[in-house]
Amino acid sequence: MTKASNAITVSGLVKTFGRTRALDGLDLEVRTGEVHGFLGPNGAGKSTTIRVLLGLLRADSGTARLLGGDPWSDAVELHRRLAYVPGDVELWPNLTGGEAIDLFARLRGGLDRRRRDDLLERFALDPGKKGRTYSKGNRQKVALVAALASHAELLLLDEPTAGLDPLMEVVFQDVVGEAKAAGKTVLLSSHILAQVEKLADRVSIIRLGRIVQSGTLGEMRHLTRTTIEAETKEPATGLDGLPGVHDLRADDGKVRFTVDGAHLDGAVRRLAGFGLTSLVSHPPTLEELMLRHYGDELDALEGDHRRAGAER
Amino acid sequence: MTAASAATAAGSGSRAGRHGGALTGTGALIRFGLRRDRVRLPVWIAALLFGTVSSVSSFESQYTTAEDRASLAETLNGPAGLAMSGPEHYLGGDYGYGAMTGHQLLGFFGIMIGLMSVLTVVRHTRTEEETGRAELLRSHVVGRHAHLTAALTLAVAADLLLGLLLAGALAGTGLAGVTASGSLLYGAASAAIGVTFAAVAAVTAQITPFSRGASGLALAAIGAAYALRAVGDVGTGAFSWLSPIGWAQRTYVYVDDRWWPLLLNVALTAVCSAAAYGLSTRRDVGAGLRPPRPGRPSASAALTRPVGFALRLHRGVLTGFAAGALLFSLMYGSILGDAEELLEDNDTLRESVAALGGDIVESFASVIMSILAIVAASYVVMAALRPRAEESAGRAEPLLATGLSRVRWAGSHLVVALTGGTLIMLAAGLGFGLSGAASADDGDLVMKLTGASLAYAPALWVTGGVAVALFGWFPRASAAAWIVPAYAFVVVYLGELTDMPDALSNLSPIGHVPQVPAAGLEWTPLLVLTALAAALIACGLAGFRRRDLESK
Repeated sequence: MTKASNAITVSGLVKTFGRTRALDGLDLEVRTGEVHGFLGPNGAGKSTTIRVLLGLLRADSGTARLLGGDPWSDAVELHRRLAYVPGDVELWPNLTGGEAIDLFARLRGGLDRRRRDDLLERFALDPGKKGRTYSKGNRQKVALVAALASHAELLLLDEPTAGLDPLMEVVFQDVVGEAKAAGKTVLLSSHILAQVEKLADRVSIIRLGRIVQSGTLGEMRHLTRTTIEAETKEPATGLDGLPGVHDLRADDGKVRFTVDGAHLDGAVRRLAGFGLTSLVSHPPTLEELMLRHYGDELDALEGDHRRAGAER
Repeated sequence: MTAASAATAAGSGSRAGRHGGALTGTGALIRFGLRRDRVRLPVWIAALLFGTVSSVSSFESQYTTAEDRASLAETLNGPAGLAMSGPEHYLGGDYGYGAMTGHQLLGFFGIMIGLMSVLTVVRHTRTEEETGRAELLRSHVVGRHAHLTAALTLAVAADLLLGLLLAGALAGTGLAGVTASGSLLYGAASAAIGVTFAAVAAVTAQITPFSRGASGLALAAIGAAYALRAVGDVGTGAFSWLSPIGWAQRTYVYVDDRWWPLLLNVALTAVCSAAAYGLSTRRDVGAGLRPPRPGRPSASAALTRPVGFALRLHRGVLTGFAAGALLFSLMYGSILGDAEELLEDNDTLRESVAALGGDIVESFASVIMSILAIVAASYVVMAALRPRAEESAGRAEPLLATGLSRVRWAGSHLVVALTGGTLIMLAAGLGFGLSGAASADDGDLVMKLTGASLAYAPALWVTGGVAVALFGWFPRASAAAWIVPAYAFVVVYLGELTDMPDALSNLSPIGHVPQVPAAGLEWTPLLVLTALAAALIACGLAGFRRRDLESK
């Protein structure tokens, strides 16, 4: 991968706020044209990273390149080519949503009028209401419509669906898919793995201001371990011999285990042989994932942080 | 959470009567309010107490002999002196330390006590609603009127405590003429002013859904009360009877010691409180009196330009200030004619005015002009700090993530602040000139006073520059820009009553403006002020370009 095909390249980024080290040597690569999932628990440094990329915060050390420019010194030029949706959208109490959308768009350099109206309809947003009467979800829709109706080539979305209902989340997924099809690059931050999984080509996981894992979903298949709970007529045996099965627990006709995504098929086939009466499967939450795969590492890492904090 | 659980405890307690409910939880909210204001209110009270007592003791050192006091009385017995202090009646007799206290301090500290009461009431009512905290508390066992009652109780308690402390401390000074019974009345009159404006704020907090608007309206009421009594004390006197501050001053404390004018304060308090409770039942929590109307579904072309957008955010406050300044200047102008008559039987003043070089009308006009400049300076500070308010509210972030540069964004607010402040000053000069020309029967005053108002523009720009410099380099301390108009007010006020050293008055940018129209127009200070303003603005914007944007 050459630098030219990266929309975002960050290396060794450090940002401190007083005694807190919000970013601690962060590396991130987002390739042009991809949807990149930016995953991490609350407070991991996702928003700080995005704000550094927007030139709203100035990094203490490390380098960041965005669309071939420097996010701090070329901020205004770069902002004409990107669109940002904050996690917590605040609007002006006495401006309507429609006015806010037009304001953002105009300051960014124009928007697609037809696309704006189309998005307003799909997100079921009334643009004639004043900012102070909008709910959190509706304020978020205002920012989403403004960003997605723009001509921006890069979308920075910081937990953009936190206030949306499930129906609107489906609309959001469609719209991001369309943006990708149109060749736009998307950085999508979230603390919910399942949300990113549906959209992202590649994923980076951030914890305590550092990227702990980065790659395509295929490469990270082992991370998306599914939890299976099943009841069978006959006691299920031989599961522990199957590849990719972990954490097996069996008692009294019930089994519970986790299985790597690639080996799900084999495990379910095996279960079916014992006469399935019920089957529940759910993907791991991000926290489960991080605890399972990085539990030891994280403990050590957090210890380091605490020590570092105490020394300062 | 302690407040909520305490509210629950209070609710399940004694009051469970038929009307129960409306006031449930008030006690807990009062304790909660005391906890939240445990630093704020004591600081207010201590500052006002200390300010009053130290002013009173300075009278003794400054005016030791009866001749000193008589000459002060004569100086004050002119239009500017009366407008800045109180009614002429205090000047009769020997103008002892008691009379001085009632005459010079009651009105001035009355404004401050009113300010304390207004900010306390709005902070515990409309601000709570605007931030959504009231909604959270109201979902617990808290009655409909509990918030308003708790806020009023808190403000009234602070006013009464201050009144008592004032009564004790003043009586304790033991100065000749500062009697114990007079001190008690002085304390009561001070508290009465505070309580009245607390009730006024309770009404304004119902009208608008924004805490800024609620305190703005109530502060305008204080300003109007002060202006009405100034006009009344210089002119016919009838206007003073329209002002809660005027009523308190007409107790003629330490001179006649009459209590009955305070009944007017009590009556207005009762009317306003009843109105506030009545209005509060006609609206939803968090809403104003008028339901929000739908607006334009798309933006006009002007709105999407930075300056047009800034103007849109500022237009309410700007028109409010301009209308207020015009109104005050019309009122002050209407007494310009009286100024001349007052002078005829006051030799000292005639001499000091002659020394200044202008005539009496012009010297009075320059004092009023400085006051109008302070009003305009307050607008400039409020408007120049708007970017900071936008930043803390999280509304700057999405805008600065567009093609709008930081300098253009902050600059557009600054353009509105500086031209807006200048226009307010111009409106004030025009209003003052028009009604002054009519009352003094001198057509030249229109051009003279309108032109004079523009001499204050550079001082306003410096004020804006201070705000921007603080915003750029010390954003968390940017509210300190309010010191500029506050200090200017102290300088103008005290400068009129006492001989203030030039070094002190020169600290205020408004102090550098030539006293037009009384003195001639000098260009040097105006050019220096303009250059200083430009330097401060450049420095502030450079600081803002370098720093992190604070996010919510």
